[in-house]
Amino acid sequence: MAVAPARGVPAGAPRRRGSALPYVLVAPAVLLFLGFVVAPAGYALVLSVQSRKVSGGLLGTGTTMVFSGLANYQAVLGDVELWRSALRMLLVAAIAIPGTVGLALLFALMLDVPRTRLARFSRLAIFVPYAVPGVIATLMWGFLYLPATSPIGGDSIDFFSPVGVFGSVANIAVWGAAGFNMIVIFTALRALPPEIYEAARLDGCSELQMALRIKVPLVRPAVVMCSLFSALAALQLFNEPNTLRPLSNAISSTWVPLMKIYNDAFVDADLPRAAATSVVFTVIALGVSFVAARLIQRRVAG
Amino acid sequence: MFTSQRRLRLALAVAAALVVTACGGAGGGAAAPSGGPVELTYWGWDPNMDKVVEKWNAANPDVHVTLTNPAGGDQLVSKLITAHQAGNGPDIAKVEYQSLPSLVAGGVVADITEHTAEAVGQFDDATLAPVRFEGKVYGIPQDVAPLMLFYRQDLFQQHGLTVPTTWDEYARTAAELAQKAPGVSITNFDAADPGWFAGLAQQAGADWWSSTGTTWHVDINGAETKKVAAYWEDLVAKGLVAKNPSFSPQWNKEMNDGTLATWISGAWAPAQLGGIAPSTKGKWAVAPLPAWTAGDQQTGIWGGSATTVTTDSKHPAEAARFASWLNTDPDAVSEQVKQINIYPASTAGRSLPVLADAPPFFPNQPEFYGIVKQVAPGARSFSMWGPNVTVTFSSYTNSFGAALQQGSPFAGALDTMQSATLADITKLGFTVG
Repeated sequence: MAVAPARGVPAGAPRRRGSALPYVLVAPAVLLFLGFVVAPAGYALVLSVQSRKVSGGLLGTGTTMVFSGLANYQAVLGDVELWRSALRMLLVAAIAIPGTVGLALLFALMLDVPRTRLARFSRLAIFVPYAVPGVIATLMWGFLYLPATSPIGGDSIDFFSPVGVFGSVANIAVWGAAGFNMIVIFTALRALPPEIYEAARLDGCSELQMALRIKVPLVRPAVVMCSLFSALAALQLFNEPNTLRPLSNAISSTWVPLMKIYNDAFVDADLPRAAATSVVFTVIALGVSFVAARLIQRRVAG
Repeated sequence: MFTSQRRLRLALAVAAALVVTACGGAGGGAAAPSGGPVELTYWGWDPNMDKVVEKWNAANPDVHVTLTNPAGGDQLVSKLITAHQAGNGPDIAKVEYQSLPSLVAGGVVADITEHTAEAVGQFDDATLAPVRFEGKVYGIPQDVAPLMLFYRQDLFQQHGLTVPTTWDEYARTAAELAQKAPGVSITNFDAADPGWFAGLAQQAGADWWSSTGTTWHVDINGAETKKVAAYWEDLVAKGLVAKNPSFSPQWNKEMNDGTLATWISGAWAPAQLGGIAPSTKGKWAVAPLPAWTAGDQQTGIWGGSATTVTTDSKHPAEAARFASWLNTDPDAVSEQVKQINIYPASTAGRSLPVLADAPPFFPNQPEFYGIVKQVAPGARSFSMWGPNVTVTFSSYTNSFGAALQQGSPFAGALDTMQSATLADITKLGFTVG
């Protein structure tokens, strides 16, 4: 608490007395950040420059961790399977992001039309899938897709064909997320001043025109935010493909980057390599999110 | 000072116990207070094993065993490795033979040679091979699981099919069945679980891993395995074999409704079939696995496990005593035959009176264990399972899954498995020749 009086500040001024308070107030957040973000990240970095080596006898009962420099990173960056898994993630994202945001916008606009009946019920019904845990939703859709149990034509349509599987996975993601995004956009719509609509109606504007020419441009920031969140969710794609995997041959254990990391760590029991893959993936993901956020901010602002 | 430290330690222990309980697993090797019974934790996934453990606890008040079932098979291996890294593994764990070398290499499973000198005498050398490396014992064999042919007796009768004794006959039966009963497949090619395929490779004489001295040899894409792969690739290409993975809801339904007529599986199948295909009780029967040349008795092995003691255990002697009792005591083994339908690993266990009765799911085949007993001596494994089987197995799942999906050659999938396995074993620092 001993703080030297700062020059130019009169003694006894209220500013000096409270000078430790900000640090006390941010301490919990900083400590949590250090303990649960920085420390694990640091541990992952340390792990990623090590390798497990065995020595002694046929089964090498002596296991040691040795410093291996950037060998893990070299292996990870040269691993075709990682880039393939990233490509598969992008394919799912290419379907899921427009699907989620497009449907959310469509539902929000429809619910915002004054003549809509059962709006409250529909809003809840569209939102409910968001409350269903991802694994349960995926199992449910898995049973809907499987020929043996499918009530939606799984015996004639192959939901797990080499191409179809991307749509099948994306569909589950869209089903779960569209409702939440709809609420976000709907709230933005409701926040618009009613005078705009009144003016538009007086000018003879139809509901469709109002939706396309007035509402959509005005809720653009909300739509952009939803797209960004959907993109971040796509980077974390894991639950859906991992839960669907035992149901068919279409999804490998390294189908998307996070599954690849999981496989490295817990199936191949190669934690250092999984750490290196995580670091590479995190850096790429952070870079992409940062650039996307900047671009979007500029477009929304401009 | 001393008291406060003790109090702190107690508080930490309580906190740790709470954390462990909250995680749903039991931490291992908690030192027993002097005078009280030794507490041991045991991880396994056999259904009804608790009844066998109860017998031990009733007879041994000084050593109390607590059974938990955190996961099955390969997943338990992952959990054991993770728990070992955190220093809170169980005392005793059920480990499938193919995972044992990797767990020994990882320092998870302990050498129990000094505690098991007596128990080891109750097994023949072939049964001990998968638990004894370089003269050291790392587990007590629980069961042996020769690969056999399970077939739907009712479907075979209905369509006038005879049970195939060679692989040529099996292929002909598959074609005949497809003709007589469209929609029914002889079996499925399972790309998810490699156990059955490894067993078929063993039958064909392959040695995926072998060793001379301290040098490993890896030969997954050798001629014998390629022969097996080509045989199945042909059946798949002709559409005679289904392509969906086993142990999936789709497969369960097909096993249950008679869409699949045979299952190439281990001798443990009767215990599993009740859960997989509940309405087929009394419709299955077992036969020796078809041979490559008529009259050949050789078969492979799918699964089978050992009871092991971990390096985390603070009471390895007691844990080893339990492992020995579990797999050699006539009472304990009989109970396991009854409850879990294991085929015992111990020599004396194979002549137990309880084996005169067929497993409950096979009332139509009272001679069930007689057939297993006749087949068991011909069961052959690889010289040794490699220290990185999980890598090979996950490569099998991915490469054969892709081959089935894209119609690409099976031989290419084997080459992928070979290179993935070699790369990993080299990277770990093993000597490879």
